[in-house]
Amino acid sequence: MGRVILHCDANAFYASVECLYNPAIRDKPVAVCGDAEARHGIVLTKNQIAKRFGINTGDAIWQAREKCPELVCVPPDFPLYIRFSRRMRRIYEDYSDRVESFGLDEAWVDVSGPDVDIREGERIAHEIRLRIKRELGITVSVGVSFNKIFAKLGSDMKKPDAVTVIAPDTFRDVVWPLPAGDLLFVGPATRRKLRMMNARTIGDLANLPDDLLKARLGKPGLMLKSYALGLDRSPVMRSDFRAAIKSVGNSTTPPHDLTAPDDARCIYSLLAESVAARMREEGLRARCVTISARSVDLVTCSCQRTLARPTNLSGEIARAAMQLFDERFSGELPFRSVGLSCSALSPDGAPAQLGFLGDEERRIRLEHLEEAVDGLRRRFGHQIVRRAIVLVDGEYAKINPVEDHTVHPVPFYAG
Amino acid sequence: MRRPENAYKHYVKVRADFGFDGRIRPLLLREEDGPAIRIDRILDVRPAAARKAGGQGMRYVCQAEGRTFALFYDEPYWFVENERTDANDTNQI
Repeated sequence: MGRVILHCDANAFYASVECLYNPAIRDKPVAVCGDAEARHGIVLTKNQIAKRFGINTGDAIWQAREKCPELVCVPPDFPLYIRFSRRMRRIYEDYSDRVESFGLDEAWVDVSGPDVDIREGERIAHEIRLRIKRELGITVSVGVSFNKIFAKLGSDMKKPDAVTVIAPDTFRDVVWPLPAGDLLFVGPATRRKLRMMNARTIGDLANLPDDLLKARLGKPGLMLKSYALGLDRSPVMRSDFRAAIKSVGNSTTPPHDLTAPDDARCIYSLLAESVAARMREEGLRARCVTISARSVDLVTCSCQRTLARPTNLSGEIARAAMQLFDERFSGELPFRSVGLSCSALSPDGAPAQLGFLGDEERRIRLEHLEEAVDGLRRRFGHQIVRRAIVLVDGEYAKINPVEDHTVHPVPFYAG
Repeated sequence: MRRPENAYKHYVKVRADFGFDGRIRPLLLREEDGPAIRIDRILDVRPAAARKAGGQGMRYVCQAEGRTFALFYDEPYWFVENERTDANDTNQI
């Protein structure tokens, strides 16, 4: 018997939870929006009624209100959504111990077993769908298939409160006519490149020659083709599996746009401090620093640099980030938000090549200093020790990068 | 964050028994400034959505003073939903 994998996707998750908790807004167009004062004022999710007005996730609140003046905007209540996410997971775990979360609102469930075929998978999917509706009061769309990629594709095909089956014998008829962009990991840039190869549908992608794909997209191109052919074999992680950390990152949308390199310097040193502190907490050092910046038109670009030696010192990370920024991004100012992440991680105790220039002693002293600052912040809060640079702008000084802006890794490739 | 009450939703104070098996059994409940009401029987316990009141949690279908009603434990709050419950014999609390 082949694999049977479900992908459960909670429909308009945040908005559904808000509508459940507030019956008065249930029949109105509702959007869960970030805090406009702190410039996070975009639509995070909207309910079906708001969707009919053409409101999209990512719209600024004023844009959304232009489309629908009677739109009800509610602030997010993340602790409540996290609780709901856990409750959903508990239901999935009644059917399998192989449950892999993908964000708060999505999860893969591997229900494969000796007596489980795709039809049985469909029955389980309906049972889960009904239980979530009855027990939690929200709806999910479930995709049932023989691999994770098609299961995810299936959950996107019929919404809300529906089950879609993509079986091994019929997937070509169902999946191949869909646009290539529907496939997981095909973003706008890849879609553009595929279009240049005249591949518009998933079927076109499946039929592209390997050498052409490899030349244009590199190894990921071959991976995408294998997805299109239904050959994805990636496992659904077990419940108790803790994915190895591949990167540690932070991003933030500051209270006002970054208009000068000095603004960026200040924000990157804030982010570097929090990333370095988290690496020290996990006992890791990084060799690769990646910065990203999002323009006021919401276009994101990123670039990275390999360091000479693995580090968990905020000063070294901030310096690398600023060098990258000066070289690559300074001409593109202003920016709306920026991010910094560290990868190519190695454990703290791993042997490392020492430098000839004899600054090792200084680095060790700096490490001790930063550890002392970590200790102070653990005991008295993040703001007890701050770098002078962040005090230049009073509004930046209020940002708490550790508690407000953690980027959680998504472990799809793990394993 | 505690959500506001509405016509169907009334937060209550509860005295409960926490069993060795981890189960929670409500014994007494009290609305703000109201008298204590002893729960005579619990007819059904399961997780459920409270559509009218707005909320979700472990739902206890209770009998007290000859009436049947749904008591929800939406951690860390308890509330009573004033509506006809799924049990057949229903009155309002």
